[in-house]
Amino acid sequence: MRVPPMIAALGRHRLTCWLLVLQAAVTCAVVCNAAFMVTQRVQRVNEPSGLRESGLSIMSLSLAKLHDDQLAQYLGDVDALRRIPGVQAAALVDGVPYLGGESSGTTCGSLDAVRRMLAARADVPGCAEPVLYSGGRQVLQALGLTLVAGRDFRDGDYVHGKAGYQMGDASSVIVSQSLARRLYPEGNAVGQMVYFGAGLSKGQGQRIVGVVEHLQRGILGKAIDDDQAVLVPSEPADASVLFALRSAARDQRRVLAAAAALLDERHPDRLQDPNFGRPYAQVRAAYFQRDRTMIGLLIASALGLLFVTALGIAGLANFWVQQRTRSIGIRRAIGATRGDILRYFQAENFLIVGVGIVLGMLLALALNLWLMQQYELTRLPWPYLPVGALLLWLLGQGAVLAPALRAAAVPPVVATRTI
Amino acid sequence: MFGYYLDLARRSLQRTPVLTGLMVLAIGLGIGASMTMLTVLHVMTDDPMPGRSAYLFRPYLNPVPLRMNRGMGPDPSINLTWPDAMALLHARKGTYQAAMAGNSLVVTPVQGRLRPFTADGRMTTRDLFAMFGLRFVAGAAWSAEQDDGAAAVVVVSRSFAQRVFGKTQVVGSVVSMGGHDFRVIGVVSDWAPRPMFYVDASEKRYAGADAFFMPLSTGMALNLGTNGNQSGWGSDENNLHSPTVTWLQFWVELDSPAAVAGYRRFLYDYAASQKAAGRFQQPASTAHLYGLMGWLGKQHIVPGDVNMQAGLALIFFGVCLLNIVALLLAKYLRRAAEVSVRRALGACRRDIFVQFSVESALIGLLGGAVGLVAAELGLWSVRQRPDDYAHLARMDLPMLALALTASVLASVAAGVLPAWRAASVAPAMRLKSQ
Repeated sequence: MRVPPMIAALGRHRLTCWLLVLQAAVTCAVVCNAAFMVTQRVQRVNEPSGLRESGLSIMSLSLAKLHDDQLAQYLGDVDALRRIPGVQAAALVDGVPYLGGESSGTTCGSLDAVRRMLAARADVPGCAEPVLYSGGRQVLQALGLTLVAGRDFRDGDYVHGKAGYQMGDASSVIVSQSLARRLYPEGNAVGQMVYFGAGLSKGQGQRIVGVVEHLQRGILGKAIDDDQAVLVPSEPADASVLFALRSAARDQRRVLAAAAALLDERHPDRLQDPNFGRPYAQVRAAYFQRDRTMIGLLIASALGLLFVTALGIAGLANFWVQQRTRSIGIRRAIGATRGDILRYFQAENFLIVGVGIVLGMLLALALNLWLMQQYELTRLPWPYLPVGALLLWLLGQGAVLAPALRAAAVPPVVATRTI
Repeated sequence: MFGYYLDLARRSLQRTPVLTGLMVLAIGLGIGASMTMLTVLHVMTDDPMPGRSAYLFRPYLNPVPLRMNRGMGPDPSINLTWPDAMALLHARKGTYQAAMAGNSLVVTPVQGRLRPFTADGRMTTRDLFAMFGLRFVAGAAWSAEQDDGAAAVVVVSRSFAQRVFGKTQVVGSVVSMGGHDFRVIGVVSDWAPRPMFYVDASEKRYAGADAFFMPLSTGMALNLGTNGNQSGWGSDENNLHSPTVTWLQFWVELDSPAAVAGYRRFLYDYAASQKAAGRFQQPASTAHLYGLMGWLGKQHIVPGDVNMQAGLALIFFGVCLLNIVALLLAKYLRRAAEVSVRRALGACRRDIFVQFSVESALIGLLGGAVGLVAAELGLWSVRQRPDDYAHLARMDLPMLALALTASVLASVAAGVLPAWRAASVAPAMRLKSQ
């Protein structure tokens, strides 16, 4: 089959063709970028917290005012929670990943780095800005953190926090793997000192006793910092604290209900809070709600565009087949096979969509540049372009198939009839 | 003639029901998607004080050092420092002016059956009530003396009074908030402009409302703190009196263009004097007087996600229109024979053009109806989101009218080219070829 006559034939529908080309181009550009954004958001939503999330429940307790010996009361709470049948571990903590709040602070791996940081008042190598969590006994078991080096906290490591206190009384800490790598690139973090909080100015450090695989921030920020955390063995005693409860997943509902009743009884003056106790899965779901909405909308828009474009291709092809019935009949009468007719329509579509795709690639890059400026998106990786092109070509071929088959079914005898 | 064209259009559409259905569906989905997102944008960027917004202004001063190491936090210059807010307040250059900031306090209800709860309110100077036009149900605002004297008084909202006391006639009652006792001196009807234009950028703008108002001096004297964004760049970041900590909002009412010009000059002179004194590093020209809507614009209150969704919806609508132009073009051009006969029987080009335009408009009207259903569904799904603006996503009459008009206009516009092409068919050539 020769291409030039086909182009000449298309020239008779120049306007319609260009409309179709434009439609394919816009669809291609949007679908490529939407697919990229969906991938990025899906990655974000599935970002591991570092916790073993199944079977973990979080109870947040806020009090109207602090009791004189609040910590003793909290420790009593934890003891009582541990006695609930089905509870495997319970710990007092001051924050968990994806809860939406965090306290972070500059942390350095050596006194030398501390001095340089204080002099520069900016980022220096050997210092980082990790999130600081404090947790009481059983914190590793309750949260389900995975140790990759060193050891868990021992009973003697835990210190009692005071209300509104600065973390720093403890003598040991556990850090996340990525923070360990940042502060000690040689990989010998366990046994080393870190300095943060009041310890920065006093030159008083804490010893790293263990490294956990992951421990994510309370709020996601820049990707390189999201997995940097320090866990301090200190029992928080503020007006707002969290209890982390671990149970088997099937016991979770029952355990949560029992725990809520227990805390209600022990703290009749707690503040009204609809999110008082919930499975960790809900904490995560709430944090990523907007991302999931956006994923849904991006997919819906991409599918909508593809659907409308397929519709346009099929609709037009349908018209063209009706319009050309007579010429198809003539062609069949002078020897064209059904396959030839079918191939003709498919090649025609291939050509139109092909021009659309070329334009679409350029448009996709332009759209990506604009998105990079407006929404701090990263550069579109090139593999999205050929995949998008292939998708659109397949879509075009699929959409044109039914009309093309109808065209191929036109009998040669039509040529002898007048229309 | 119009009725005849309408009938022709109906017949024509009925001849190709599948194609017509698809065109109506395409335009309906496009209209539905764009109307959903435009409605969301519309309610998010609506004027919160219709009739009054033109007289309300937000002075902007930038006390932030030229070279400041800024992290991920919000712009510190968006709020004022205590000394600057007090200077503007005491200058009294507007009809009304008020300095304010939000705070959250734990309220311990007197009735035993209620648990303590946290209420959001505002520490402010007294002009706020008159300037924003709050309506008193009982009592009145505090006096100028109480404003300066850190009086332990509070004005509460009607629903707050209802919640704590079970009634609204509560002037003279005492309420315990943040561990201190306050005497209620006034009750205002619930006031929640959308967006809450006067609050700090970190507060909720589309949900909630101020439950109480207390003198700013009282909040400072009792050390109640603020729940808004507090940014500092000096050594005393926790001291709210500090000239290097921003946290206050400030609004002024100016009733004439002359007053606005005068205030601009005053603001510029103030910034220049602070720069001369060595307190400000930024040039005095950074001082600015924003109108209410201008201030909302500067703060980019519409989240990026919502903007992107609106953009996607509009692109989708655009592609739907392209599609319809192509389909109409094919559809109308196929009817060259019909056009030729009508032309031969005496119809002029204008008649043909009008006939096809009526057909396009009919498609648009049907599409608009489908679009309204789609938009209602879309808005319903937006209302299921947990975002603070979600509950506002409702279709109002102007948006409804816009949806139908947009749909008809868009499809007529889409039909212009095809109709014109169909109308310019040369009848003689066509008739001969039959």
